[in-house]
Amino acid sequence: MQQFHQTFFEESFEGLDIMENELLNLDVGNADNESINTIFRSAHSIKGGSGTFGFTAIAEFTHVAETLLDEMRDGIRPVTQESVDLLLKSVDVMRDMLTVYKDGGDMDADNIAEVQGKLEKLLGSDSANTASAQDASANTANENSDGWLITFRPHTEMLRTGNDPVRMIYALAELGEIETKADISELPAFTDLNPEDSFLSWEITLKGDAKKEDISEVFDWVEDECDLDIQPISGASETAPSTDTVETPTTTATTTTAQAAPTPAAAQAPANTASAKKPTESASIRVGIDKVDEIINLVGELVITQAMLGQVGGEISGDESHNNSHMEKLVEGLAQLERNTREIQESVMRIRMLPISFVFSRVPRLVHDLSGKLNKKVNLVTLGEGTELDKTVMEKIGDPMVHLVRNALDHGIETPEERLAAGKEETGTLTLNAYHKGGNIVIELSDDGAGINKERVLNKARANGLVGENETLSDDAINDLIFHPGLSTAETLSDVSGRGVGMDVVRKNIKSLGGSVRVDSNEGEGAIFTIQLPLTLAILDGQLVRVGEETFVVPLVSIIESIQVKSNNLNGIAGKADLYKLRDEYIPVIRADNVFGMNNSFESLNDRLMVVVEGDGHKAGIIVDDLLAQQQVVIKSLETNYQRVDGLSGATILGDGTVALILDIPGMIEMFKEKGVPVPPAPVNPDGNGSDDIADEAA
Amino acid sequence: MASILAVDDSASMRQMVSFTLKGAGYDVTEAKDGQEALQIAKSNSYNLVITDINMPNMDGITLTKELRGLPAYKFTPILTLTTESSADKKMAGKQAGATGWIVKPFNPDQLLATVKKVLG
Repeated sequence: MQQFHQTFFEESFEGLDIMENELLNLDVGNADNESINTIFRSAHSIKGGSGTFGFTAIAEFTHVAETLLDEMRDGIRPVTQESVDLLLKSVDVMRDMLTVYKDGGDMDADNIAEVQGKLEKLLGSDSANTASAQDASANTANENSDGWLITFRPHTEMLRTGNDPVRMIYALAELGEIETKADISELPAFTDLNPEDSFLSWEITLKGDAKKEDISEVFDWVEDECDLDIQPISGASETAPSTDTVETPTTTATTTTAQAAPTPAAAQAPANTASAKKPTESASIRVGIDKVDEIINLVGELVITQAMLGQVGGEISGDESHNNSHMEKLVEGLAQLERNTREIQESVMRIRMLPISFVFSRVPRLVHDLSGKLNKKVNLVTLGEGTELDKTVMEKIGDPMVHLVRNALDHGIETPEERLAAGKEETGTLTLNAYHKGGNIVIELSDDGAGINKERVLNKARANGLVGENETLSDDAINDLIFHPGLSTAETLSDVSGRGVGMDVVRKNIKSLGGSVRVDSNEGEGAIFTIQLPLTLAILDGQLVRVGEETFVVPLVSIIESIQVKSNNLNGIAGKADLYKLRDEYIPVIRADNVFGMNNSFESLNDRLMVVVEGDGHKAGIIVDDLLAQQQVVIKSLETNYQRVDGLSGATILGDGTVALILDIPGMIEMFKEKGVPVPPAPVNPDGNGSDDIADEAA
Repeated sequence: MASILAVDDSASMRQMVSFTLKGAGYDVTEAKDGQEALQIAKSNSYNLVITDINMPNMDGITLTKELRGLPAYKFTPILTLTTESSADKKMAGKQAGATGWIVKPFNPDQLLATVKKVLG
């Protein structure tokens, strides 16, 4: 049975999501019957499955919730806010129980008992005691060792429910030795015989120690379609068999008639089978993520191989001596290979893509619970739910999203009174929107609440020493302060959000996915948080740079600009590190060759190329020797293939087969801050004559 | 070997029913609701239909009625999957023309025993 558990868990979690969703959308007092039906069906499936697969605790709990839903469905019980809330709690309990069955751990027995108690209280606890009475009556049948006399008289229509008397007689034969006597007295003349009707009845003597309920069970399905009498035979009363011998021949004759009845149906069967088509399969399949990842990995290799071939092809075709028709075909083939490879890559990546609704679907419940807790009225609008993004990105964006929603409800949207006082509608609106932009997905979370109080944020930041007393900041810069660790402006701390930890974590988590988050706000009108994320973590848009003999990849998202170093803008601080005056600000200068221990530094930084990058809110300049092409690279993990290296986020294989390392910009800046990377060391290459060349190339 | 059409909106129940019956040598086709089952049933033929009752699109009771209306399924055994609590559901199934029922929860042995009862 275990092989079905995974499917059971998946569908049950989906079922719970459906229940939750429908419950949240339920119009209390005027509930849509189809919605209640859908909720009931999900609960019913979970109950049935959990019973079948041995998860009895869930089955028992769900049974109570199902009973409540059944009464709502039948219109016996009104749909009240109280019952909906209780059902939502039940969904939570069921989800917890499922998780425990799936992943192990302990059940929260108190909570389960509490919610179940409330459900039972609501139901009036009268449903539990009826089952045992029936069992008791079934057991009153005495143990009879002499056997039974069964009189079985099917009604005329019994065959029409697909029940075959012969099968029942066979089933009785398995309980003990039987003697069967058929009564054919009702059988009409052959011309009047309707083969779809039943005209026979039987008297069956069953010997042995079969129990009465076993016999009843044989006729369980046809109770209402026959007259049935089961009587114990006392040891002495063996009078019936006297007629037995006489009747026997007719028994065989009539049995054939009984079997003949279903023939019209049976005869049609083979004819249909011949022309039978394969039934259509369902539109999706479940596949293990490891299988998909293996394909993605292999396609990555394919892309690299294709790039290599493309490069070689380019070189050969540039060579005049090879110019012939074969060459043309080769070039054509390579171009086609490139197209196909790209298409395969895109298709494969799409397998991992899921609609953002998986994340958005968590929000309605959150808004429902929080607005209740905070006494606020909130209308949730979601747009672009079909926008797709990578499964891994999706899983990691859930928590930051939840935090932003909490934040919007707690700090953003005001109480109904405050809103009315401000001349707004009583009910606030929280809008979630998702769309694709370039190679990124953009998620916007906007509310029409109070917005960010810039003055308060600035005062707080001044008090915390984050901003100097006389320093003036742009509006954007002030808004950006809310992502700073340790800054929370809520006047009262609540258990919903607001201990000043959170927004910085939100930003950190989003950054770790290679994305960004910003906020725009007009005081009094609301705020809009914009999250930008890469569609996938497997591919990166990179700028290739040369440092010494090596090629590195700088993620394009982190690059601000590239400039040529002017020595009069360079400042050394305390002989430790270089700072560069970039317009109004000073940024640290990181020498990539030093960071990665390549001893080919030039003495002077003058005229060299510097890529200005930003990571984790800090800017830095990275000194490189040349800017090469911009291209998409397939990311290979260093951890899995080698080991973690500070300052590098991964590696890739270039078209010529060489390995290029991908720079971890935030990591490099962190390294710089921590250790203060050594000052330019003594010149190892005193005659360094490369600087002019680089200036030329950069120009 | 006898062919069986198994209808359930729950994938795990479908898998379990199908796996058990296939293991016993039956030829099993799955359908995820009454509507799909009816379509499949029309273009194929089966010796037995096992159907869940509560399903989206078309429930098991309606499916049973529809099947009984087709000449090819006039006498075909149809079993409904039902929970113990719903005695009225068993009867609703019977009234729609079902042969009998299998009570949930059931284990593979119980399922096979019941199927043997109608198919031998």
